[in-house]
Amino acid sequence: MADSVRKILFSPVVDNNPIILQVLGICSALAVTTQLSTAITMSIALTLVVACSSSVISLIRHHIRANIRIIVQMTVIASPVIVVDQFLRAFAYEISKELSVFVGLIITNCIVMGRAEAFAMKNPPWPSFLDGLGNGLGFSAILLTVGTIRELFGSGTLLGYTVLPLARDGGWYVPNGLLLLPSSAFFLIGLIIWAVRSWKKAQVEQAEYRIKAMRQSGETI
Amino acid sequence: MDTLVNLFITAVFVENLALSFFLGMCTFLAISKKIETALGLGIAVIVVQTLTVPINNLIYRYLLRDGALDWAGLSSVDLSFLGFVSYIGVIAAMVQILEMFLDRFVPALYNALGIFLPLITVNCAILGGTLFMVERDYTFAESVTYGLGSGFGWALAITAMAGVREKLKYSDVPDGLQGLGITFISAGLMALGFMAFSGIRL
Repeated sequence: MADSVRKILFSPVVDNNPIILQVLGICSALAVTTQLSTAITMSIALTLVVACSSSVISLIRHHIRANIRIIVQMTVIASPVIVVDQFLRAFAYEISKELSVFVGLIITNCIVMGRAEAFAMKNPPWPSFLDGLGNGLGFSAILLTVGTIRELFGSGTLLGYTVLPLARDGGWYVPNGLLLLPSSAFFLIGLIIWAVRSWKKAQVEQAEYRIKAMRQSGETI
Repeated sequence: MDTLVNLFITAVFVENLALSFFLGMCTFLAISKKIETALGLGIAVIVVQTLTVPINNLIYRYLLRDGALDWAGLSSVDLSFLGFVSYIGVIAAMVQILEMFLDRFVPALYNALGIFLPLITVNCAILGGTLFMVERDYTFAESVTYGLGSGFGWALAITAMAGVREKLKYSDVPDGLQGLGITFISAGLMALGFMAFSGIRL
């Protein structure tokens, strides 16, 4: 039992990461990572929402009719998001302003919906909860990596504290302005994918199979 | 009228939902392998976006915002916390209607979009457009323009991306970057290109 718990919980972190392998939940991964603090808030919020909504959907999975399941899932997912949004507005107003619409967009974050559809509809509540938690952790891992790199090398700070003194303030570090632009997040995630796939060859294998098929069709043309 | 045209241009190019706010990225990366499918999805997004943003604008103005229920004699009621549920409900209903409409009248497109049509519901671009509309407090006319413009901008971006990817499959890419990795990097380059539009005003 302990073994399967660990498997459900930690396989989404590296082996089956929601962002870099399942291509889910990329919108918020890219948009909130200019600073580490917003990335942390987003990770916690998303992990809570996906864990709660997965277990609730799994509880009521026998009562949902197939043709209206998307609307039901949406309503279930929207409820914890509203709680998170109101909580942030009450206790962390600054961060909630910076996240602007992206807290609300957790509703349409494909990770939440994807896990509800792919796992929670077929499994009992406890594994669904763990699966939601695990995918939240996998999402957080990427988000924190990108957030750290972008804040550290883009503005020389971490969580607002100066780590690399900037040249314009008398230090030595000349910040890389590209990292503050939205497009740098694309490059970083692309490079992370490259790094992970060089490490975990199994993931490359899958991708290559798909590309090879396309290449053959290209050659015939 | 000038402001509306300006808003449209801004929504299409400067504040492109896909390339400067990263909304709808999941579908943007998943469905951009072929130009025809990308174009079909883009048109579906334009239609859904042009319908849902104004409808949600009316719901926000006359039901949800602080003091909006004045006409019903309930001027002290503030229902704005119900926003997320109502907006997503409207979006899910519109997508369902569009799905049934396509199934009945344009079966070819329905088959091409396949399982991805329900995914428009979870397309962040749709909900994102509504939330931006609420945050910026657009009037009804502005919301129609913004819905059309932002949908058009997203469709433009995904069609361009599909064009790039159709060429990309003939190129020799390092193993680890195959597929998803190189797609991310080319999307990043496209986003850089779109930054050239920033600052355009009519």
